[in-house]
Amino acid sequence: MPLLEVEGLDVRFALRQGEVQALRDVSFSLERGERLGIVGESGAGKSVAAFALLNLISRPGFIHAGSIRFDNEELTRYSERQWRRTRGNRISMIFQDPMMTLNPVLTIGAQMIECLRAHRRISTSEARKLSLARLRQVQIPSPEQRLDQYPHELSGGMRQRIVIAIALLLDPDLIVADEPTTALDVTIQAEIMALLLELCERHNVGLILITHDLGVVSQVTQRMLVMYAGRVIESGPTREIINDPQHPYTQGLINALPQMTPPGQRLNQIRGSMPSLAHIPSGCAFHPRCDFAQLPDGSPRPGCRAQVPPFVDSGNCRVACHMVRQMQQLDLEEATP
Amino acid sequence: MSESNPPPSATPDKALEQVAAGERVSRLKLLRESYLYYSFKRDIGVQLCLLIFALMVLAALFAPWIAPNDPYDLTQIDIMSSELPPFWVDGSDPRFPLGTDAQGRDMLSTILYGARVSLIIGFGAVALQALIGVVFGLLAGYLGGRVDALLMRLADVQLSFSTLMVAIIVGAIVQASFGRATYSSYAVALLVVIIGLAEWPQYARTVRATVLAEKGKEYVDAARVIGLPSRRIMFRHILPNAMSPIFVISTVQIANAIISEAALSFLGLGMPETQPSLGSLIRSGFDYIQSGSWWITLLPGAVLVVLVLVINLLGDWLRDVMNPRLYKN
Amino acid sequence: MSANHAIATDEAAPLLEIKGLRKRFSLSAGLLDQLRFRGGRLVRNRKYVHAINGVDLEVLRGEALCVVGESGCGKSTVARTVMGLISPSEGEIRYRGERIDGLAPRALLPYRRRMQMIFQNPYASLNPRMTISQTLQEPIRFHHPDWERRRVEEKVVEVMEAVGIAPDWGKRFGHEFSGGQRQRIAIARALAVDPEFIVADEPISALDVSIQAQVLNLMMDAQRERDLTYLFITHDLAVVEHFGTRVVVMYLGTVCEVAPTAALFATPRHPYTRALLSAIPRLSDHGVERVRLSGEVPTPVELPPGCVFHGRCPIANERCRREIPQLARHGDTLIACHAVEEGRD
Repeated sequence: MPLLEVEGLDVRFALRQGEVQALRDVSFSLERGERLGIVGESGAGKSVAAFALLNLISRPGFIHAGSIRFDNEELTRYSERQWRRTRGNRISMIFQDPMMTLNPVLTIGAQMIECLRAHRRISTSEARKLSLARLRQVQIPSPEQRLDQYPHELSGGMRQRIVIAIALLLDPDLIVADEPTTALDVTIQAEIMALLLELCERHNVGLILITHDLGVVSQVTQRMLVMYAGRVIESGPTREIINDPQHPYTQGLINALPQMTPPGQRLNQIRGSMPSLAHIPSGCAFHPRCDFAQLPDGSPRPGCRAQVPPFVDSGNCRVACHMVRQMQQLDLEEATP
Repeated sequence: MSESNPPPSATPDKALEQVAAGERVSRLKLLRESYLYYSFKRDIGVQLCLLIFALMVLAALFAPWIAPNDPYDLTQIDIMSSELPPFWVDGSDPRFPLGTDAQGRDMLSTILYGARVSLIIGFGAVALQALIGVVFGLLAGYLGGRVDALLMRLADVQLSFSTLMVAIIVGAIVQASFGRATYSSYAVALLVVIIGLAEWPQYARTVRATVLAEKGKEYVDAARVIGLPSRRIMFRHILPNAMSPIFVISTVQIANAIISEAALSFLGLGMPETQPSLGSLIRSGFDYIQSGSWWITLLPGAVLVVLVLVINLLGDWLRDVMNPRLYKN
Repeated sequence: MSANHAIATDEAAPLLEIKGLRKRFSLSAGLLDQLRFRGGRLVRNRKYVHAINGVDLEVLRGEALCVVGESGCGKSTVARTVMGLISPSEGEIRYRGERIDGLAPRALLPYRRRMQMIFQNPYASLNPRMTISQTLQEPIRFHHPDWERRRVEEKVVEVMEAVGIAPDWGKRFGHEFSGGQRQRIAIARALAVDPEFIVADEPISALDVSIQAQVLNLMMDAQRERDLTYLFITHDLAVVEHFGTRVVVMYLGTVCEVAPTAALFATPRHPYTRALLSAIPRLSDHGVERVRLSGEVPTPVELPPGCVFHGRCPIANERCRREIPQLARHGDTLIACHAVEEGRD
């Protein structure tokens, strides 16, 4: 049984020009100790998905439909009290900005001890000892001193290490990390990512890594989802998607990377830009930007504009694309005359 | 470029943010889509405040045409009809719906004329404050360094005198040296200058803080890279983007200026009784409260309270709507 | 125009030369905050951020010189100093052989038309109170006051078309556009005065991957069509590899390595360059051996003595801690490293 099972998640925002659907029919699951990447550009809904998992969606947003089952319990029906016991304890979160987690007016030690004592019945000195052990695990130099320092006295990389230490403090089953290294420099980012990966492996913690960086996803995660305009459009083992993307958007995203084109030549761009959530195109949301929304003879491909593409299996991956589905049908017809 | 452009739209995150927080739009044609208009449309209290305020301003502005009598015209005053009560009290006279004062002047007319004087001084003083404060604030914020230090210390010095103290000193000096008659004929202008000078630092500080924030944005760098002179960058690029806080602070300042003027007049340092403002009306009726003619002081007092209250309520609402922290761009 | 012949036109010389550039920012606020009593005496205590510590660079005509480094390495300060947005504490900046640092704003005007800048944040670089055509007309009107209205408008249409923004959108405000479209408009503004040299400070790092490709393509097209020279500031090495003619690697306000792009990516020499290259998250599994760096970038307030990189360098020795390495030529590459010089890299 998977650790986390999300089904048909639908998150909406009630805005003044009407309701906007930020997530549409998002489903995925995560096994214990598995690392899942959620990839997409800004506005794809990946952060909304992370926030929904932790019940952090606040007004005007709300979960309209869908279920989130964590360790066989339905999270969408949790009371605020149950959430307080779960959040930080069994599921913890790492934000892009460490200062979202750290309180600027408390020392690192005070925050860690408070967090421990809120969930466990232990003495302050025990809590301090545990905090020290965690700080050592995230390879912070001279951890005793750090406990008495304030967040602003530390560098950005150091702060993110402390946030990771806090996230691991209560031995959670799942960590949701929303762009944890985007604000950091390349060399620091590499260190932090390596650390997070190692700790998740060692403690058998599940990780949901939300990022726009395909490189990071390919190095850290085992499976990935690609999101576009609030929908999952492709999911499967990370290696397979990176090496052989099926959905035209995923293909475009990977091909647009500068390293995919010889130096000096024009990059493979995807035309247009991500639609605003208030004006999502009909049918497949990607069709206005898609090269395959037309048949080779120039006529529009049936379905792309009119119908939301259903998921089809392609190897170990699942893809929501009319073109892929139609190609498969053709293959089938050829195979069974 | 061969690329076909989709209809322009902010990226969804941004769009959500803008929709949730209110877009910053400046032109009239965008006003209807603006958060300001949206929030106004939904808030009955604010609509009511604006309606009352507009009615009061219009009534005061057109006082010479609306008022049944001209309180300045001595020929229209009949001492026999003095201290008549307002219409809901026994013994009232239908010619004077709000009663008359001790000299037999029509209260409604004096209040309309008085509100006119109060509003002229309020707006005039705020215009002067804004002029000095905005220029100094822009210079201090944009040029920084010594100009900034000098202007801001000047503001500190100015703020260390209270408005009343400045007014008392200046008013006393002018009255003593030029006599009461000269003082009376220039009283409005003098009060505008006194209240205007006393409160410009409020503007200067607000504008400076906004300029410091705007100065760090890249559109200002872009203007500098073009080579535009500082004056043009300050007034054409930064100032239009600093209008929201100026607008918000103006409402509060108008209310403050009206109150300052009323306080001065009440103390006998503002408008003379021949040209009464709301403050001097309150003062002139004050002696008759004991004798039972409460309306002479309470009616102008009520008008003053309502006027200041609606302005402050509008100001509060504007501050909430235009809260710069909500923009995030 | 009288201003024009003030600018030399030696075609072979580098377009832009930076020599011994230093910039420090004072951290202490006012004079009063700086004064401290120490040992019975009044001492003026000033703290500085050393953003650039002696940078030498040449930008050659027609190339795209990329400056890479991590945050705080001074790359943006170099860009802003070149554009005269901040004045250097020491050193010279020459454009076509003429010194442009410390020029009066009026004397700088002829250079303003030749040098333009593209900024990082497309959400902040357009004045929210101006329409797109106002934004684009302003530089043209300012630099060509003699142009009649029609000519200005034609020029605006030309640059808008060049960046792929439909000219009839000119009446709209910046906030009505997406990030990528705003960056196109910012590029159009830079192109409006027909510059020959463009400083681009992280122009794509605020954009999404698919939009980054669009903007990079646009910049490469513009370079080809308009014969532009770029000084391109970025932290993204993948972009550098694709876009740059030559690469300058900076660390803590100093230049570590200057090399032609292909050479730098094939054989990085400076230990910091190696670490930087190995830290890029690659799509493929079989990547480069990671060079792990210990510690973090020191603050530029108190610079370490000797080589600024010695604290994190895996091959630093006593000399590195003592003596500041100078840029030295090794083939096509300039490297500032004792270890490379001594052959122990």
